Amino acid sequence: MLPVIVGQIAMFVVVLLGLVHAAAGMVWVERKEAARMQQRVGPTRVGPAGLLQPFADVLKLLFKENLRPAAADVLLFYIAPLICAATAFAAFAVVPIGPETTIFGLFDEPLKLQVADVNVAVLVVFAIASMGVYGIVLAGWASNSKYSLLGGLRSSAQMISYELSYGLSLVGVLILANSMSITDIVHAQGASLLGIPSARWFVFLQPLGFLIFMTAGIAETNRAPFDFPEAEQELVAGYHTEYSSMAFALFFLAEYINMVTVSAVATDLFLGGWYFPFVPVSFGWLVFLAKVGALLFFYVWMRWTLPRYRYDQLMSFGWKILLPASVINLLVTAAAVLYFGL
Amino acid sequence: MTLFYLFAAVAVLTSLLVIAQRNPVYSVLLLIASFGALSGLYVLLDAPFAAVIQIIVYAGAIMVLFLFVVMLLNAPHEDTQYDERVHPLLRPGPMRFGAALALLLVVELVWALSSGAPNEQFGPTPVVSVAMIGKSLFTTYAFQFEVTSVLILVAMVGAVLMARREPRADARREGR
Repeated sequence: MLPVIVGQIAMFVVVLLGLVHAAAGMVWVERKEAARMQQRVGPTRVGPAGLLQPFADVLKLLFKENLRPAAADVLLFYIAPLICAATAFAAFAVVPIGPETTIFGLFDEPLKLQVADVNVAVLVVFAIASMGVYGIVLAGWASNSKYSLLGGLRSSAQMISYELSYGLSLVGVLILANSMSITDIVHAQGASLLGIPSARWFVFLQPLGFLIFMTAGIAETNRAPFDFPEAEQELVAGYHTEYSSMAFALFFLAEYINMVTVSAVATDLFLGGWYFPFVPVSFGWLVFLAKVGALLFFYVWMRWTLPRYRYDQLMSFGWKILLPASVINLLVTAAAVLYFGL
Repeated sequence: MTLFYLFAAVAVLTSLLVIAQRNPVYSVLLLIASFGALSGLYVLLDAPFAAVIQIIVYAGAIMVLFLFVVMLLNAPHEDTQYDERVHPLLRPGPMRFGAALALLLVVELVWALSSGAPNEQFGPTPVVSVAMIGKSLFTTYAFQFEVTSVLILVAMVGAVLMARREPRADARREGR
């Protein structure tokens, strides 16, 4: 019987290492899946089925020379990748990955499977995500390169535009769950509706909200078909053109961790978190990981299926379609809750 | 209390550095740091909602636009058109007005702090939960809330009007 504080510290380490390895795993899945969709085989040499390829890549990057443009702003040039990586890790701190558990009586009190339980957790995720923009913008500016600056400016414009719909698409869920704590929102989806198990998942009550959330989430994480900050045909590599070695690896890591975070938040808020029909809650964290994995696979699928938008299309889509749709979704939800008391 | 002094020191120091900086990009970043420290103070005051909104709205949205403008203007260093050794009150026009305003603010601050700050609570119960904030906004402070929103609407209409280009005027200038 261990005191619960040991579990909390262990949880911290588990989340940190878990995110790093999830990012490495995603790189492998992405390369394998891309190869499969293009009738190639992908990485096969390093480890069984190329599984150790991401680790080999990281080792290679570690031993590369760290280059810096002569006219770059030294301080900001090195702070920018740190901001990106730090915000990516920090956002996951308030995301629960399973129900409270004692892990088969290992701890004397139930342990919360998250680093910090905050009662405004949903907003904390947004606050930290909105700080992540600075890493990209500053990287673009500090590099003192035209491609980098254009990439940084594009990404900040894109993230500001889509953050609005991203936030508004969630308000419907907050109204239905009557709480801002992610744990409470997951609990609100546990009950059955009209005798059908898992019918209270917010993806069924808020289908439009879920669509808007995922679209804006893909735009927020700068992934295809919204990967303008690094549109290689136009901008070489966008904001991280001038970065090499571990600084580049940090941007790469941040991008993949952000994908994991968006998928985890979507799972908790829309897909019922750790609830699944006929699966006992004690296996909740496995259910949660499976759902997150499915969403991440969807991300890869999207990238290798859809071509990139044009920049003006992206902007007009965000402001003229996505934002009005999320406002309408919010109005309808609020009215329904007011009159029917869902 | 240690935390309060830590956050307060960071807030004051970064705010001072904002105006002591020559590089506007660094000024913007220091202002963001100052907002972060303010948000920490809100957490200490048991107002997590205000703290997070401070980060989302000010640090996350407004300051990004500031940074955007500073970067697009591409002004790495402020141009000083006057002799820096001249006393601020003797400098030309608007600068003298700004210095006078700053002086007035310092006098007010000293007066407010020395006249003995009232040590009372803000209301009967501190507004903590999001639901309570929403309720008080739409009942007790409904008038102020609506006035603020009308002000913002006016600013928005003004911005759109100023940014809009007159197609007729352009055509006339081209002699069509």
